[in-house]
Amino acid sequence: MIPQPIKHLIEPEDFTIEELNTLIALAKEMYTFPEKYSEKCKGKILATLFYEPSTRTRLSFESAMLRLGGKTLGFSDANTSSVSKGESIADTISVISGYADIAVMRHPKEGAPKLASQYAHIPIINAGDGGHQHPTQTLTDLLTINMHKGSFENQTVAFCGDLKFGRTVHSLIKTLARYNIKKFILVSPEELTLPDSLKTKLLREYNVELKEVRFLEEVIEEIDILYMTRIQKERFFNEADYNRLKDSYILDLQKIKAAKEDMIIMHPLPRVNEIAYEVDADPRAVYFEQAKLGVYIRMALITKLLGVE
Amino acid sequence: MLEVTSIQKGIVLDHITVGNGLKIFNKLMLDQVDYPVVLLINVPSKFMGKKDIIKIENNIDIDLDFLGLIDHNISVNIIEDGALTQKKKVAIPNKVKGLFSCHNPRCITNFDDYVKPKFELVSPSTLSYQCEYCEEITEYRL
Repeated sequence: MIPQPIKHLIEPEDFTIEELNTLIALAKEMYTFPEKYSEKCKGKILATLFYEPSTRTRLSFESAMLRLGGKTLGFSDANTSSVSKGESIADTISVISGYADIAVMRHPKEGAPKLASQYAHIPIINAGDGGHQHPTQTLTDLLTINMHKGSFENQTVAFCGDLKFGRTVHSLIKTLARYNIKKFILVSPEELTLPDSLKTKLLREYNVELKEVRFLEEVIEEIDILYMTRIQKERFFNEADYNRLKDSYILDLQKIKAAKEDMIIMHPLPRVNEIAYEVDADPRAVYFEQAKLGVYIRMALITKLLGVE
Repeated sequence: MLEVTSIQKGIVLDHITVGNGLKIFNKLMLDQVDYPVVLLINVPSKFMGKKDIIKIENNIDIDLDFLGLIDHNISVNIIEDGALTQKKKVAIPNKVKGLFSCHNPRCITNFDDYVKPKFELVSPSTLSYQCEYCEEITEYRL
């Protein structure tokens, strides 16, 4: 028998729409009947290789593996690993392949998980590589939208905040375009608009409608899904511009007054001040649930990559 | 006109765009070899007006991808017993491994000694290559 190639998740495009749908369905099943899956990964080990700290993502993966009855090992800071002694990723991953059944990698350098996947004998999951990709956030976002909206059809999705550097935005917008979502609204200051290369790709390959505005109030009534991101001060050339604009991109109850009753507000978290605390109690705010759902989609992903469904 | 005799056994890089001859000479580190090498610049050419030529009196391995990247007009002539035995045209390579580094300062290939940067051609007119690892575009410049 010819051995199957090892499946990795380095970028959302590694999975077809059908595979993504299967994952979403499995995650929903796990969410509804968690006890059915509590021993699915018994005897399996997940290695968490975090070359930079990301407590939330790491705990989400650990929680996912523990809920499946598996175990975890790893490091959460490159200074405590052999990397600090200058070991190559190829060497590290070759060794880890003997210690664990599946590995998740977070790395500050772009392309590091892809490099790891070329030398690994076990499945590799990219848990964020610099400003490049963060595919499990995209999976989490897809599950959240699916749970709240049922389908992806006829949804108007707005992205608000830093659309230039926000990798979660780039990843999600491309994936939603693959799901045939046709209308996107981009709300950002001029300095932080979606990169032209991505806009061209979306328009050419997916024939989507892109509406660009500066302020949320102009479009709030049209939105079905509002995806908020943080605007970082260091992205601006000068402090005056930042101070002039920052309040425009803080979501509060006043700004969503005219929004649809069933609009959902998403955020990849952590937030700083871009969503006022008063919004948390609004039924449209789903960002904390989104973080919770991240565990279930990671559970589905782990079982899928391990082939233990 | 200045005359340079033919070589007996070796390689002639012909049709080099004027100005690239010295750059290729340096890139191939031909100043450090112990066999005869001739660099001719501004040689009159029927098709190119002027061209540069490099004659190497030795059989060496030349990376055609590397030459194609630098100057895709080059012809590579293999000479044996004073006669032309093979003529190769170079082309802009579609895939490149390790010939230049990724311009993205955050790319893993600029930090991990084990990995050689790999690229795929996205625009021949600007020699733009996409990095296999970080997906950023690097424009090759000699």
